[in-house]
Amino acid sequence: MIDEIVEAIRRAETQLSEDTVEALKKAYEKETNEMAKTQLKAIIENFTIARKESLPICQDTGLQTFFIDMGYDFPYRAELKNAIVEAVRRATKEVPLRPNAVHPFLHKNSGDNTGRFVPYIHWELREGDDAIIHVIPKGGGSENMSGLYMLPPGVGIKGIKKTVIEHIFKSGGKPCPPTIIGVGIGGGADLALTLAKKAAILRPIGSRHEEEFVAKLEDELYEMANKLGIGPMGLGGDTTVLDVHVEYAHRHPATLPLGIVTQCWANRKRKVHIDANGRVEVI
Amino acid sequence: MEYHEKTPILDARKYRVGDVIYITGEVVLARDEAHKKLLEEGAPLDLKGAVIYHCGPVVTKVNGEWKVIAAGPTTSIRMEIFEDKFIEKFHPAIIVGKGGMGEKTLKALKEHGAVYAAYTGGCGALAAERIKSVKEVHFLEELGIPEAVWVFNVEEFGPLVVTMDSHGNSIYDEVDKKARSNLDSLLKKIEGES
Repeated sequence: MIDEIVEAIRRAETQLSEDTVEALKKAYEKETNEMAKTQLKAIIENFTIARKESLPICQDTGLQTFFIDMGYDFPYRAELKNAIVEAVRRATKEVPLRPNAVHPFLHKNSGDNTGRFVPYIHWELREGDDAIIHVIPKGGGSENMSGLYMLPPGVGIKGIKKTVIEHIFKSGGKPCPPTIIGVGIGGGADLALTLAKKAAILRPIGSRHEEEFVAKLEDELYEMANKLGIGPMGLGGDTTVLDVHVEYAHRHPATLPLGIVTQCWANRKRKVHIDANGRVEVI
Repeated sequence: MEYHEKTPILDARKYRVGDVIYITGEVVLARDEAHKKLLEEGAPLDLKGAVIYHCGPVVTKVNGEWKVIAAGPTTSIRMEIFEDKFIEKFHPAIIVGKGGMGEKTLKALKEHGAVYAAYTGGCGALAAERIKSVKEVHFLEELGIPEAVWVFNVEEFGPLVVTMDSHGNSIYDEVDKKARSNLDSLLKKIEGES
């Protein structure tokens, strides 16, 4: 399975996901601001060259991150972690990727994108005997524009809306807009951010939450964010976000955690599916 | 205005916000650690009229030759703590990055006749296509690939949009002002919802 994980990293890094390609092309058609149009045009030209030449879309090839959705009876679970680490080492040389794993105390770059807790692997278990590996290398510039707000529960959904819109305003051009905003509500501090990350990256652009009141909130936040006028790269324009996705968990009576994760337009993601018979497919 | 320029550039005062520049010649990469190092130890090359690029590239060796794989801009505001001193000491013409810079840099641009230009964030492959070869690299051993001072030979490197000029104009200030007023109306609208 190592070969397929390397291949999934390569595709994620060099071929922009289809939903993002479509969203950016549509944004270019709709955009009315000339400066914004030059930025969107450069972006489209860039991901077209990347795909054709098999080059990384962005030089920040991200922190290698994997969300694993695994059945309790998946027979290869013991091998998965080592396979991912090995695949990251190989992809670093073969794609190639920028070495992005730095020791926070010694300032030393490990050189191969591995280190303590890195690649970061998030595990979730469910019924079944197969596994899906979400390959989601995440850029540093957009990750810097993450936020955790422990709101007083009394502010309610209004308070959440205000905080999200203010957050997008404060982020300005720094996370490489047009961005995809993930919002996680409830749970604890860590869960709110994990939900936000899943909302930003794992959900396709244009998708809506299955519960209507959440879907409505997503629509409202999307509309409002694009009324800010920050525009592509913060140079002004109609396209500040490509979408906003919201996920939620029940919360403690005393807390209202709000996690916000920003994904840049270089929304890199692929999936690897492995069934119980060891058949591996890159999606 | 659209400019197609050769380095070094000695008349950056002519650029105004909104101008688009394409560079042929040399681009010098410097980000966080490089700014610090050059300020402390001096520059290993002449930077007068140079194009300084905030970028941590992906570069690899193919058959003994450096090959640039991807080289889009990094977030410039991190260099705000160094840039005014950097401009004063080395007199570059164009600082290229993404996201814009602050008051101190804007002031230094005005004083020393330089500009800040934005290169579209994330466009690592487009940049690599316009980088023709690696001329030299400094501090590679010490700083590593993303932080080293690379000198790239480029052709028609751009589009670089002038977003802060030497006359005190900043597109970021304009966008920020408008966005702030949009934010205020949105917050009021939310507050008024039942």
